[in-house]
Amino acid sequence: MDLNPALQTFVAECDELLEQMEQSLLQLEHQPGDRELLDAVFRAAHTIKGSAGMFGFNAIVSFTHGLENLLDRVRAGEVALDSDLSALLLRCGDHIKSLVPLAVDDRALDSATIAIGESLTRQLGAIQVPLEISLKSSTVNELAALLDGSAVGSPGRPASLANDFAVLVQDDEDKASAVAVNPYWSISLQFGPEVLRNGMDPLSFLRYLSTLGDLVSVETLDSRLPPLADMDPEACYLDFEIQLDSSADKSAIESVFDFVRDDCAIRIVPPTRKVAAQLAAVATHNSGSAKLGEMLLDVKAVTEHELASALATQKAEAAAREAGEAPRPLGKILIQDAAVPAAVVDAAVERQQQQRSAKAQESRLIRIDADKLDQLINIVGELVIAGSGTQALAGRAGAPEVVESAASLLSLVEQVRDSALGLRMVAIGATFQRFQRVVRDVSQELDKEIELSISGAETELDKSVVERIGDPLMHLVRNAMDHGIEPALTRVASGKAARAQVSLNAYHDSGSIVIEVRDDGGGLNVEKIRRKAIERGLLSANANPTAQEVRQLIFEPGFSTADAVSNLSGRGVGMDVVRRNIEALRGNIEIHSEEGVGTTVLIRLPLTLAIIDGFMVGLGAARYVLPLDSVVECMELSGEYRDDVAGRGFLNVRGEVLPVMRLRDVFDIADSGARRENIVVVRAGGLKAGLVVDALLGELQTVIKPLGKLFSYLQGISGSTILGSGEVALILDVPGLIKRVENARLQGLAVV
Amino acid sequence: MNTDWSTAYGLGFPGEMNIYAAAELQLQVQQALIAEGPIAVDLSEVSEIDSVGIQQLLLLQRECLQTERALRITAQSAAVEEVFHLLNLRARFF
Repeated sequence: MDLNPALQTFVAECDELLEQMEQSLLQLEHQPGDRELLDAVFRAAHTIKGSAGMFGFNAIVSFTHGLENLLDRVRAGEVALDSDLSALLLRCGDHIKSLVPLAVDDRALDSATIAIGESLTRQLGAIQVPLEISLKSSTVNELAALLDGSAVGSPGRPASLANDFAVLVQDDEDKASAVAVNPYWSISLQFGPEVLRNGMDPLSFLRYLSTLGDLVSVETLDSRLPPLADMDPEACYLDFEIQLDSSADKSAIESVFDFVRDDCAIRIVPPTRKVAAQLAAVATHNSGSAKLGEMLLDVKAVTEHELASALATQKAEAAAREAGEAPRPLGKILIQDAAVPAAVVDAAVERQQQQRSAKAQESRLIRIDADKLDQLINIVGELVIAGSGTQALAGRAGAPEVVESAASLLSLVEQVRDSALGLRMVAIGATFQRFQRVVRDVSQELDKEIELSISGAETELDKSVVERIGDPLMHLVRNAMDHGIEPALTRVASGKAARAQVSLNAYHDSGSIVIEVRDDGGGLNVEKIRRKAIERGLLSANANPTAQEVRQLIFEPGFSTADAVSNLSGRGVGMDVVRRNIEALRGNIEIHSEEGVGTTVLIRLPLTLAIIDGFMVGLGAARYVLPLDSVVECMELSGEYRDDVAGRGFLNVRGEVLPVMRLRDVFDIADSGARRENIVVVRAGGLKAGLVVDALLGELQTVIKPLGKLFSYLQGISGSTILGSGEVALILDVPGLIKRVENARLQGLAVV
Repeated sequence: MNTDWSTAYGLGFPGEMNIYAAAELQLQVQQALIAEGPIAVDLSEVSEIDSVGIQQLLLLQRECLQTERALRITAQSAAVEEVFHLLNLRARFF
């Protein structure tokens, strides 16, 4: 879609309004009769209709018009908003959503869309007014008749009906109807006495004017003719009132009188339809400066000459009046002197104010091309690398001033980095809110009573992550409702509330964001999963995994426990795809469940995909980086521990068992026999492990460079980075390493 | 009001009724107004008429109305007819 800016705004506005309408309708189900919510729904429909009318999208206008009428009735208390009507209104919103792209692309409605529109309008029309005001049923029928016209171009329905709606919309603007109807240009000419002597004949201007259109009527006024004795035969005393039927614009008409302008007072009043057009133009007028005069000039309500003379008048008045007394506002001068219709000036003033407030709002929110932001973050990344390099060099140079200067520079760079990354952060709330509708629809479909509660909506994370988390979350929520939540009867039988709870929660935890999808359903049946896993060959029959490990099996490809394949889930694709999606975001997913009590899925995601604070360690000559957030503590690997590590792979750290692994072994680096070794205790997903390294090299900022496709199967490494010195360091995948330690431990146990 | 057209004052404008003849036109109108009886205006010989001529005709008409003298245009040339039509003055003079 290659849209002009106005249309883009229209599309964005419709999206927002429809979203708002949906949210308000959903909230109304919990707070029936809430006036503000009802008003919000109505306003949304009304605004969509108005904007669509401006662009001439008649299909949207006519459909929304009917919807708006019904909503008006609901507001008036004539129709009760019950759950059926609410569902219908939600579907109407969906229908408008589908109409918008069609209208914008100027495509014809396909038969399916037309059918949906007709069906919806029929249903809207069928809504009966309660008996006590059945007298008004004629208006209801009228409404139904109006609504029937929703699908423009539907069989047997004249498209002109839609045009009528467009007129209705126009009439809504009471300003348009406030202007007396006059289909012609009204031109008043008052010629000065010197015109004739200057060699110009008023008649010739009239003849010229008649070339622009039809002179419907000309009235020659001789009231200024003096008594015979005072008459100067060469002076002009004639005035004319002319009605001109012409499609020319105001400045074209004015230009007829170019040669006589100084000797003639001219008033040109546009025909009513021009006023309406000007009103419409004013309503959509967009200018940076939003000066009243320029706006009126743009919509051709005044000519340049009129504007200049009005401004001059204003200036003269300002000069003439006493200090402290304001001259007439420009709008007033234009109305009085230049015959600009008052309605147009009023509309322009209103628009001017609107734009001012919009501007004030815009200055708080700026829309930026995402690419520009990415570019900025890339450059900041390079800046961070270069900054680290400078600091390293300064350290080596040893001059204290340079070191200090480099340090303060780097701290500024860090701030720049944080602000730059903050630009991309958005609250997850909007993503969560979308699930209200999903839960509502699905719970009706499944005939289960399910309530969605949301917490941590204000938790922020990177926009690119938010965009890609929607699908996996959708899958998890649907899964929870379909598989997790038991039928109401089962719930009651097991002593639970019939109304089930699904909750979405988000919070920050050590440099990651955690998203929880929790349900209070039946939980996972470990035995069932085990049987299935063995059946599918995911587990050997004699294996003896823990319950937690069995639960994680549901993320394996091709695993599904649903007894019946439902509409929603259970086709055997799903959890593995969810896991793949999450892992693609450098996150991980785990499932906790207690049978009969409920299930919680935890998704852990990095806050950002670009830059992290790192902790550098050395193994021989090679450098590795650990995400600083995952580092718990560091300690020296002293002699007594050394034996423990070599022997059991365990350490006793302050009474706590800590699995430990030597990174040298993991990466198969030949033992150079470093004299000293250190342990870095790392944490991920609730597990801790110790990693044995040679040297601890301190903190640094790290710009993550993704590894190529070739390395996508590499374990234990999540990316690479370039150090200030230009060396490449690998970033360690802490969760992956911990998993490896755990596996080694389990194998060790199995052997034991 | 004297409407005996046989005694009418004949006012003819042969040639141009425009700015170039302005003074002369006004003199003719003045003379007609000083004279007695209804005024019959013959515009058949007018070759050209502009605002100046129209103003004189409107002045003449006003004076006649004020002094209750009968006024009639007996004939008009094509040039006059065109301007009368343009200014929507036919109804006023006929």
